[in-house]
Amino acid sequence: MDWIAILILLVRCLVLALASTTLFAYFTLFERRLLARFQNRVGPNRAGYIPLPGGKKLFGGVLQPAADAVKLFFKEDVIPALADRWVYLMAPGFAVVPALIIWVAIPLGNWPDGNGGNWLHYAPIDVGILYLLAVTSIGVYGIAIAGWASNNKYSMLGGIRASAQVISYELALGLSILGVVMQSGTLRTEGIVNAQAGMWNIVPQFMGFIIFLIASTAEVVRSPFDLVEAEQELVGGYNTEYGSMKFALFFMSEYIKLIAMNAIAVTLFLGGGSLPGIEQASAAITASYGVTAGNAAMGLMTLGAFLIKTTLLSFLSVWIRATVPRVRYDQLMNLGWVILMPLALLNVVITAVFGVVFPVGAVVPQIAMGVIGLIVIVLTTVLAAPKRTKRGVTLVRSQARN
Amino acid sequence: MLGALIKGLSTTFKYLFKKPVTVEYPEVKRPVRERFRGRHELKRFENGMERCIGCALCAAACPSDAILVIPAENNPAAPNSPGERYAARYEINMLRCIFCGYCEDACPTNAIVLEHQYELSFYDRKSSIYDKSMLLVPVDKGHGEIPPVLQQLNRRPSPPAQIDL
Repeated sequence: MDWIAILILLVRCLVLALASTTLFAYFTLFERRLLARFQNRVGPNRAGYIPLPGGKKLFGGVLQPAADAVKLFFKEDVIPALADRWVYLMAPGFAVVPALIIWVAIPLGNWPDGNGGNWLHYAPIDVGILYLLAVTSIGVYGIAIAGWASNNKYSMLGGIRASAQVISYELALGLSILGVVMQSGTLRTEGIVNAQAGMWNIVPQFMGFIIFLIASTAEVVRSPFDLVEAEQELVGGYNTEYGSMKFALFFMSEYIKLIAMNAIAVTLFLGGGSLPGIEQASAAITASYGVTAGNAAMGLMTLGAFLIKTTLLSFLSVWIRATVPRVRYDQLMNLGWVILMPLALLNVVITAVFGVVFPVGAVVPQIAMGVIGLIVIVLTTVLAAPKRTKRGVTLVRSQARN
Repeated sequence: MLGALIKGLSTTFKYLFKKPVTVEYPEVKRPVRERFRGRHELKRFENGMERCIGCALCAAACPSDAILVIPAENNPAAPNSPGERYAARYEINMLRCIFCGYCEDACPTNAIVLEHQYELSFYDRKSSIYDKSMLLVPVDKGHGEIPPVLQQLNRRPSPPAQIDL
């Protein structure tokens, strides 16, 4: 590898890191505006706008992330006197680095570079899925270390809760992905995207998709599974003692992980950056403007499709956050171990049986699998619903007290 | 459980398309009630004379000691007020004022009235002291016996319903 290749790689990595950070910044704005509308409010609409003729203002609040960043930069940086200083300082880094490096294994689109590579897929490794699973779960170290190093009981409880929760839901997450891997027959992320050319995995792996959605929400400790930072119980959870930019790094890692989880869901279940018509359109552009323009058009269109799908899933995340109240801790563990893990195992079994009995790529069995998954999900919600306990008053003859 | 989830999600989704209830304050200002107690004004009579006779009863009534009145004798040739004396200095410290309206009640000539202006903010403590030139209404803004705001005191209080915009 000569130095030009290394330089190109460095620039690409810088672009990816900046892009995911920008994505985070605007996702917070997206979430705050949307959450506000769900709650009958307006949301941040003051910082920056695009003026339109007639005094109208478009996109009020576009500079809100910048304003927040400036505010966080200039906040006082406090280190608690009894904190374990170096561990305390390192914890935000531990949290944010895994969140950033998740992105290299996700094919963000298909922009062929002419040498059989893909500009939008940084690390086409053979065990891409294993890499994704490993990196998403490594992020919990940052949270656990932060909780411990702060020397604060609330932080400690938050950190412990986070580790317990992430370890519990990793199983269901991994098993739900296993179904997709069996369906596609490969651990390469771009292989899984290519295998969905005929039909997106959400149809045959519907059960896996639902399990993945729930488990990934729990994995990134987001509402309704945000017990890690339950304000009513834990003040701020593991980041109670963090302020200024260190808090911002935790916040950033949480949100980048959320977007990355949605991106992984798009890759695994919603066909990545593919949409019908992109191939033909880029072929037409290649025919009239040459290969480079065709490749660029292909890359931009697939990237756009990928981002649109990720945005839709992010909308779903915000929608769920606006709707569902936080679960109790026993409910959380119950859902993870008693419901989701057996369901994910059942999904693996169903996928295995269908894979052996029916030929690869047959359409009807795949739809049948999806229907079976849907039925199982509905049945589970009916059967596993918490029983409504009858509240009655039992009269007890009182004993005379002397 | 699924039904409850769908019900909740559809409820929040419906709210997405409703008009937010937020009043966007600097552009839209919520009207105050008629009996709202805001910034003070020193009223005048119809002929332009000051109502304040410098008796300092308002200063005596003020529970937070926010009012300073320094009276002076009227010049008989060109009197400022119909009485013998008038307020040479009249200052209200807006940081001390608790807007209780006791000065209004104490005033024998209905000179001081708490009006509806509520945007009182300053960059330093000095400018929180409103002097007579700021409090006194212009000469042509005088009126008859009872100031319109004080007439409201004889009526029933405005209902505590939400103010429609």
